[in-house]
Amino acid sequence: MSKNVLIVDDEPNIVISLEFLMEQAGYTTAVARTGDEALACIADFAPDLILLDVMLPGMSGFDICQTVRQTPDWQHIKIIMLTAKGRDVEVSKGLALGANAYITKPFSTKALMAEVQEQLTDHAATKR
Amino acid sequence: MLAGGTIFLVVLLYMSVLFTIAYVGDKRADAGRSMIRNPYVYALSMGVYCTAWTFYGSVGRAASTGVGFLPVYLGPTLMAALWWVILRKIIRITKDNRITSIADFVGSRYGKSTLLAMLVSIIAVVGIVPYISLQLQAVSTSFTSLWTEPGRGIAETTAMFSVRDTAFYAAWVLAAFAILFGTRHLDLTEHHEGLVAAIAFESIVKLVAFLAVGIFVTYGMYDGFGDIFSRAAADPDLRRLLVMGDGVDGSTYASWAWLTMLSMLAILFLPRQFQMQVVENTDERHLGKAIWLFPLYLLLMNIFVLPIAFGGLLYFPRGTVNADAFVLTLPLAQGQSAMALVAFIGGVSAATSMVIVTTVALSTMVSNDLVMPLLLNFPPLRLNQRTDLSGLLLAIRRIAIVAIVMFAYAYERATGETTSLVSIGLISFAAVAQFAPAILGGIYWRDATRTGAAVGLVAGFVIWAYTLALPSLTSPGWIIESLVNHGAFGLAYLRPYALLGVTGLDPVSHSLFWSLFVNAGLFVIVSLLTQPSVIERSQASRFVDVFRLAPEGLPLRRGTASYAALQDLLKRFLGERRTNAALRTYAHRRGLDWETDIVEADADLLQYSEQILAGAIGSASAHVAITSIVHDEALGMDELMRMLDETSQAIAYSRRLEERSRMLEEKSLALETATTELRQANERLLELDVLKDEFISTVTHELRTPLTSIRAFTEILYDNPDLDPARRSEFLAIVLRESERLTRLINQVLDLAKIESGTAEWDLSDVDLRAVVLESVQALHQLFAEHNVALELDLPTQVPTVQADRDRVQQVMINLLSNAIKFADAADGQVAVTLQVDGQQVRVDVADNGPGLDTAAQAVVFDKFRQVADRRSGRPQGTGLGLPISRQIIAHFGGELWVESLPGAGATFSFTLPIPAG
Repeated sequence: MSKNVLIVDDEPNIVISLEFLMEQAGYTTAVARTGDEALACIADFAPDLILLDVMLPGMSGFDICQTVRQTPDWQHIKIIMLTAKGRDVEVSKGLALGANAYITKPFSTKALMAEVQEQLTDHAATKR
Repeated sequence: MLAGGTIFLVVLLYMSVLFTIAYVGDKRADAGRSMIRNPYVYALSMGVYCTAWTFYGSVGRAASTGVGFLPVYLGPTLMAALWWVILRKIIRITKDNRITSIADFVGSRYGKSTLLAMLVSIIAVVGIVPYISLQLQAVSTSFTSLWTEPGRGIAETTAMFSVRDTAFYAAWVLAAFAILFGTRHLDLTEHHEGLVAAIAFESIVKLVAFLAVGIFVTYGMYDGFGDIFSRAAADPDLRRLLVMGDGVDGSTYASWAWLTMLSMLAILFLPRQFQMQVVENTDERHLGKAIWLFPLYLLLMNIFVLPIAFGGLLYFPRGTVNADAFVLTLPLAQGQSAMALVAFIGGVSAATSMVIVTTVALSTMVSNDLVMPLLLNFPPLRLNQRTDLSGLLLAIRRIAIVAIVMFAYAYERATGETTSLVSIGLISFAAVAQFAPAILGGIYWRDATRTGAAVGLVAGFVIWAYTLALPSLTSPGWIIESLVNHGAFGLAYLRPYALLGVTGLDPVSHSLFWSLFVNAGLFVIVSLLTQPSVIERSQASRFVDVFRLAPEGLPLRRGTASYAALQDLLKRFLGERRTNAALRTYAHRRGLDWETDIVEADADLLQYSEQILAGAIGSASAHVAITSIVHDEALGMDELMRMLDETSQAIAYSRRLEERSRMLEEKSLALETATTELRQANERLLELDVLKDEFISTVTHELRTPLTSIRAFTEILYDNPDLDPARRSEFLAIVLRESERLTRLINQVLDLAKIESGTAEWDLSDVDLRAVVLESVQALHQLFAEHNVALELDLPTQVPTVQADRDRVQQVMINLLSNAIKFADAADGQVAVTLQVDGQQVRVDVADNGPGLDTAAQAVVFDKFRQVADRRSGRPQGTGLGLPISRQIIAHFGGELWVESLPGAGATFSFTLPIPAG
């Protein structure tokens, strides 16, 4: 059964690249460009993993992360934060808010895919 | 008639009793069991006011002026009411400053002035001498009266027996008695307890004697007061004595007023009163009782004056017996020898008490304030090298006593018994009244000066001498008689009894009026015209503020002296035993050993020594003596320091405090300002730091975003060589576009940095904005078409050129147009460009029909990397640097770039460029 990956980013070209990579790896994808879209998507789409940009118009990636972690039904969802702001403070903040991993832009596609697979495999293992 | 031997024996016996009392009094004082430390003895000792004049003279005056004798006792009674205010202050000052006499008091007040002390001493001696002579005369007259037949006048008896000789012997006896009582001690501030006890006893004796005679006359010879007074009223001669102001000399209201005032002053300033009331006072609280006890004493002393006077006048044929002797002659006439003897003893006690106390007081002045200062300043005597001067001091005093008494005897001879007792007494009263301005002014008026006091005293004294003392010496044939009658140099307005034509006053009132008027007037005027010296100022405050100052204030002295020299000096005046005792006391108080621990006499010890010495030789002499051994003590500097200490210190201190608090305030203010500035600077730095941080962070973010796409697609393309061509092309295009975006961003960041740092190159030329607008529109033609945005141009045919860099202005224009296209309404996009001349500038408006900007957005739209979200993409396009750069460019050419917008009604970006003048 294929995993669902939600891509949350406001940069169209990055979204295109991420969609391509996820679909190539066999995951089902959905895209959200703002925080509100993202939260709506999570309810409908039931993602196993979210690729979450921090710099979003309106609600920030941190806010979305926090909301997901505060929602009991969504505790299983893996979150990988993607951001162009690579400072240590933001990495710590993201992890503290409950992100499973934190990847800075520009990213290596291989490293990203490895992390995504790692998170989803880990998830399956725990489930078992 | 009494035998001369009996009288002599009785007098001897009385003197022995008196001396025993004095001796016991001194012994008990030495043993610490004082006889005189109670208010009753104190009040009785004040009774020294009542002299032979009171004892005999009151009756005499009553016989000639009726109630005219009363003012002399009313004055003190009135003054007693003011004692708590005036006398208590004088006592306190005297004790605090260890003052020994009234001369010392005046000298000390005016800067420890030797000159003033001398002046007061001279006035006191000269002024009091007639008073002492009065006592001598009284004693000799009473002795003679007692010895001769009653009913025979004194004029007759003088023929039989030399009254002069009696007076001469009386003088010697009194002088001897004064020496025995008054010059045993040296430190005058250690009270003459024996003397005071004896004087108090004498006060009792004379009161009892007078009351006895009074009762004898009133109830023995007559039937009480009513009988005597009704008989007097029946006699036409005597009746006029019972009313006031009936042309009788001394009984007019004016005379009453003047005499009352004179007596008020006398009770304060007579040397013997000062001695008893002030110097010998042991406790100023005793004054509280004396205030009513002393007037009571005076009342008792005067109850029988009128009955005795009337009794005598009624009993003896008119003019045959001197009324001054009624007290003696009435009992004698009745054959009551014992009663006469009692009266005689009373008179003797009144006379001796006065002479003893007066001579002790005067001799103290003479030795301390007159002779010592002269001797100390007289090098040939080498007083500084004498080992013990205490003996010399006592010798001076003893000689002074004898000299004063002999002087009085000489005066008595010069005046004869023609003058009545009372008149002579009033002459002395008027002399000491001259001290009133200097002393009363001195203790209440800070600005009174030494010169003022001296000028006033001299003038008052001269007028007193001319108008009162000199005429009293008159006897037939003397030059003085013509002086009195015709004035000096024959000038009528200089007549002593009618100076400047003032008549209608009795001689005493007349003299008192002029002398006090001139004295007080000059004292005030000269004081106001002269400046007090530094030491005067300091002494003035010690006197005037005596109740406000602590008894031991700041050390008045500066400088130091050798301890050995100080010891030598003290021993010279005080003797070895007293010196050692004083130093031991001083050292003990400070926990030191007086023999080993003190090497140098500091200011404190010098001050102490000066006070001790002042008790023996007076404050002025002590000051000079101590000053003579102090090292390097420039007097001016000393005085200056003293002034600084006493008068300026408080001011200086408060000024220092003020200064300090002001400085602190200033400092704290400066500190606060600095802190505020620093804090603001820090905040600004922090802000700038945050801004820089934010800027770098933002730039990094802006650079990373296209780079992320480029890297991701490059990797995808690399990893998927067999990607279908359509996608491959799509991905490659993205990479290309993102690369361009990256380049543009980098260029703009650099561009902005250059403009902001002022290193940008500007290519100035005449720019036709119409052409620039058209070119820009042309360049963006494709974009308008792509976004389906309609363009409306409103351009005049010609506008003036402006000075600018054409490419830069076009960059601004394209940026504004791009933004307009980007934000124009998606469905029906419209952009309008307007060019117009607006005053001295050309204005360009670029309006779109997009969503517009709210106020907050308008405020930040020109900030770097502030992009307003593009509703359509959810993310703004562009770099976020276009508008900031445009604004910098327009500002560079002296124009403005701004935005006007209403949310929902589009936005209009406008800029202006100035038209060059001419």
